[in-house]
Amino acid sequence: MKQVRVAALSVLLLGAIGPVAGAPGADQASPARGAEIFRARGTDWSCQTCHTADPRNPGRHTVTGKPIEPMAPAVNAKRLTDPGKIEKWFRRNCKDVFARECTAQEQADVMAYLRSLKP
Amino acid sequence: MNVANRLLRPIALACGATVMLALVAPSPAAAEGQSKSRPSNPDWQQECGSCHVAYPPRLLSADSWRRIMASLGRHFGVDASLEPAQSAAIESFLVANARRPRPESDPPAAEAPLRITETRWFVSEHRRIAEAKWRSDAVGSASNCAACHLKAEQGSFSERDIRVP
Repeated sequence: MKQVRVAALSVLLLGAIGPVAGAPGADQASPARGAEIFRARGTDWSCQTCHTADPRNPGRHTVTGKPIEPMAPAVNAKRLTDPGKIEKWFRRNCKDVFARECTAQEQADVMAYLRSLKP
Repeated sequence: MNVANRLLRPIALACGATVMLALVAPSPAAAEGQSKSRPSNPDWQQECGSCHVAYPPRLLSADSWRRIMASLGRHFGVDASLEPAQSAAIESFLVANARRPRPESDPPAAEAPLRITETRWFVSEHRRIAEAKWRSDAVGSASNCAACHLKAEQGSFSERDIRVP
């Protein structure tokens, strides 16, 4: 768990700093790569399945129908501010979509993509 | 028997009957609208309400809740895992507020139903809802209480607040 915490914090940092600097050994966080990951289909689902093709829009849980607030921080300022929540939702949803955990790089890329979206 | 007794006895019987009826546990539907029968817990509301309505603990037995909490990584096809401490706290809340056990009809703990929609009570309450309605765009599935129960998010399933789309 501690390792994942550290990973989550570095993800947060990478995502926040973006193209200016990155953790040693990691690529800079790439919004373009993040967009591809967001679109990519795993077995049945992609991130878009629940969060829609435009993360500035509200989404909907594909099974339960529950509304999901937009993911883009420009539209929803609460997003991507709590490392615990980031860790939890990447852990769960990457397993749902890709049947594996997303790497720290992938998480940073997705976060950079979400942060790049303007309202 | 004097006149007073003649009058008092039926009144006493009626009072006694009323008290006895009040003591009989109401069905979940009849208990709606009373806040003491709507226990709440912030972690439960937050975590168990993030993908669907936080289903009231009384809708399942303690055995069912334990089975669900023990398998959150495979929660109806998705990963709903929690940190162990938080998971334990939520499980305590659920178990403490679960429906009472029915020793005469409950299955063994390992076979306790996971789906509220498979419980005798749910099936009976929703027997007039057609299969097609569950799968309609407006509803999607029986897990989507809020599609018809307008105050499900607040934990209320009162008959006054139902609108089937």
